[in-house]
Amino acid sequence: MKSKKNWLRNDSVQALLCSLICVCIGIIIGYLVLLAIDPSGAGQAITAILKNWMNSSMANLRLKNLGSTLVNTAPLLLCSLSVLFAYKVGLFNIGASGQYCAGMTVALYAALAWHMNWVICMILAILAGAVVGAISGALKAYRNVSEVISGIMLNWIILYIANMVLSNVKESTSTYTLKMAQNAPQAILPTLGIDKLFNNFQYATIAIPLAIIVAILIWILLEKTKLGYELKATGLNKNAAKYAGMKENQNIILTMAISGALAGLAAACLYLTGITQWSTGTTSVPGMGFNGIAAAFLGGLSPIGSIISSYFIQHITLGGTSINLSVYPSQVADLMSAIIIYLCGFVAFFKLMLNKWLDKRESKGGK
Amino acid sequence: MAEQYAIEMLNITKRFPGIIANDNITLQLKKGEIHALLGENGAGKSTLMSVLFGLYQAEEGIIKKDGVQVDIKDPNDANALGIGMVHQHFKLVDCFSVLDNIILGVEPTKNGFLQKKEARKKIVDLSNRYGLMVDPDAIVEDITVGMQQRTEILKMLYRDSEILIFDEPTAVLTPQEIHELMKIMKNLAKEGKSILFISHKLQEIMEVSDRCTVLRKGKYVGTVNTNETTMEQLSAMMVGRNVNFHVEKEEKEAGEVILEVKDISVASKTKGKDAVNHVSFNVRAGEIVCIAGIDGNGQTELVYGITGLEPLSNGSLIYKGEDITKQSIRYRSVHGMSHIPEDRHKHGLVLDYSLEYNLVLQRYFESQFTTKYGFLKRKEIREYSDGLIEEHDIRSGQGSITVARSMSGGNQQKAIIAREIDRDPDLLIAVQPTRGVDVGAIEAIHKQLIEQRDQGKAVLLVSLELDEVMDVPDRILVMFEGEIVGELDPKKTTQEELGLYMAGAKKDEVKSV
Repeated sequence: MKSKKNWLRNDSVQALLCSLICVCIGIIIGYLVLLAIDPSGAGQAITAILKNWMNSSMANLRLKNLGSTLVNTAPLLLCSLSVLFAYKVGLFNIGASGQYCAGMTVALYAALAWHMNWVICMILAILAGAVVGAISGALKAYRNVSEVISGIMLNWIILYIANMVLSNVKESTSTYTLKMAQNAPQAILPTLGIDKLFNNFQYATIAIPLAIIVAILIWILLEKTKLGYELKATGLNKNAAKYAGMKENQNIILTMAISGALAGLAAACLYLTGITQWSTGTTSVPGMGFNGIAAAFLGGLSPIGSIISSYFIQHITLGGTSINLSVYPSQVADLMSAIIIYLCGFVAFFKLMLNKWLDKRESKGGK
Repeated sequence: MAEQYAIEMLNITKRFPGIIANDNITLQLKKGEIHALLGENGAGKSTLMSVLFGLYQAEEGIIKKDGVQVDIKDPNDANALGIGMVHQHFKLVDCFSVLDNIILGVEPTKNGFLQKKEARKKIVDLSNRYGLMVDPDAIVEDITVGMQQRTEILKMLYRDSEILIFDEPTAVLTPQEIHELMKIMKNLAKEGKSILFISHKLQEIMEVSDRCTVLRKGKYVGTVNTNETTMEQLSAMMVGRNVNFHVEKEEKEAGEVILEVKDISVASKTKGKDAVNHVSFNVRAGEIVCIAGIDGNGQTELVYGITGLEPLSNGSLIYKGEDITKQSIRYRSVHGMSHIPEDRHKHGLVLDYSLEYNLVLQRYFESQFTTKYGFLKRKEIREYSDGLIEEHDIRSGQGSITVARSMSGGNQQKAIIAREIDRDPDLLIAVQPTRGVDVGAIEAIHKQLIEQRDQGKAVLLVSLELDEVMDVPDRILVMFEGEIVGELDPKKTTQEELGLYMAGAKKDEVKSV
């Protein structure tokens, strides 16, 4: 009884349980929507979404699709780390998308126009993200401008700068940026044999392990270091941080810079694989940064949780593309992840219910 | 016929994770009596009142009103039953008038338009009947704390509450205002209201209440008739042992000057003028200097200026012979300046951090707790924290890993004091260190301050409590409207004289000091 109580009372266990509840409800609602559209194929469609890469009949294709999911997971994971890191310090980095966009611009331009190698491209992307993040941070620290407002405005500013700058390196016949493989092979991330694991899926690069390593580093930074202690204290109680002699303004800027750097790295990890090109006709901020918010919350605001949640979101998103698109819109998967994210707002509620239930059981057991 | 009870709380039990806040507590409030609820911090007074007010649900026990069992699910139920509460922290809208605050939530309307006329009449009537003397048209932010409290009382009366709960009502009042409040409470009881008076100040309980129920560590200790008991008996019931009220300290010659405050001014956050206006004084090693005064006369800002939380707009600070006017908070702190802050939730603690993290808040960066690569030494932090908890008897649900937010106010304060004293400071600045702390703990805190002094530390105490001001320090400086208006010797002065200085009455006569 005693050990069981401690186990269920554990914060991480509760966070995991609540996230799972959110996921289940999201899937059920997604299924109901599919049923409403066309009951006959709903069962098949929901399985397709949930199975994603496991759906393919051929082993080779399965591996390739798994690889594709992971390639997309890496940048999402880094974006969620960006959001999570800022959130731990009491800042809401809705500007992750803009920082991501800045990283993308610099990485692609350095690769395609200056023909830099991948290391420099990646470092420049990180710096670009960090600078954009630091702008929001400085505005917050010295002018008390909400980082949400400055973040959203910067998102749009960066988007149009990106389109403007990248027009110089686009294909003459389309709006898309030049293909990496032909024009900047030196900037493509090395695979180190990782592609072999996924049936020679050439986009599976070091980005995947790199993202996981960064997640672990962020966890260590937050939980084990003096800097993490200071940053979290600043986030939880700015006044107490000041009282204890911490430089709270510096900490805010530093946090936003690190947060932006992570988003910039995220962009490098996607665009430097060459898996996708940027369209200079894009009129909305890339969703990766916003999805990062979702992944961060679904992961219970833990870096390790983010690894799982980021994978899960990409898993069902890509799964959504493999359903019968003549009957169902692929957005069903988006809908499911949206519902799941929305339900994350109820995590506190689920925790409360869980604790109430535990209290009840204990008081009965005590009698 | 059995005794008439307005409210009966029978065998109430309320548990929180890791703690039984109320363990089988019974409280019976007679009609028209003033019933004091006495207990240390964390004894379960607030929990019990929250149960009565519908903020918490008790797991066991029943509540009866006028002999009939009732079910109070939320504060609306409590209001409907005629239970009203004056909270320790007032719940008023600062920019509204007294009248608007009183009718807030029960506004009389006709076709959607406010009918303030009737409301005003009722308020003026009530105000006269109970001697509350409140101007209905005054804006809340302009009136004194005492008057704000009377506004809260009127709020309850306006809602026709029969049972009035006062949660530590005297904590924020001046001696004169406390006296007024006592009179008002007696008036209310005479008019048939039943009053529950939560306090840990024995003197007030003796003065105003008819009966007193004592709680200790969540348990019911007993109920006594106030006129048949003594302060000593009550305090023994509350603390579980005899408490020494008198602060004992030996004569001590003060040493060299540790802190010299030279003509400093600090800007006010809210008003245009300086909150601290050209203040000079010094604190020497081995003495306790007390800044006395009514709340809001610049004491807070003075401490902010000395500790570096706010910049000085004029003057300089000499600390251990060095000009620190421009130095950072961290610099002052590592050079032996300890600060027990006035607001423990705002400055003193990171409430969502564990107790151990809070205990190293001022020294987490020292090599004792951080490796040279910037990693925290968790084991050392835990050992240090466990040591402090043991040494200072800081009580909490789960020891070092308890989240500070879940601790009682008294134990939070103990943690801060332990942290600040353990840094072995040269100058200890203690701002209202006994605020919201129970009798037993007050005694211990006073002892600790005097111990620091005896060890040759300089102690700067800021206090609003007259007893504390008279008993603890070696010198008293009275602050009024941002200026030091007098220096008194606690051995030679009287509470009356002190009160006059605090009220600014003697200001003109003592200008030359």
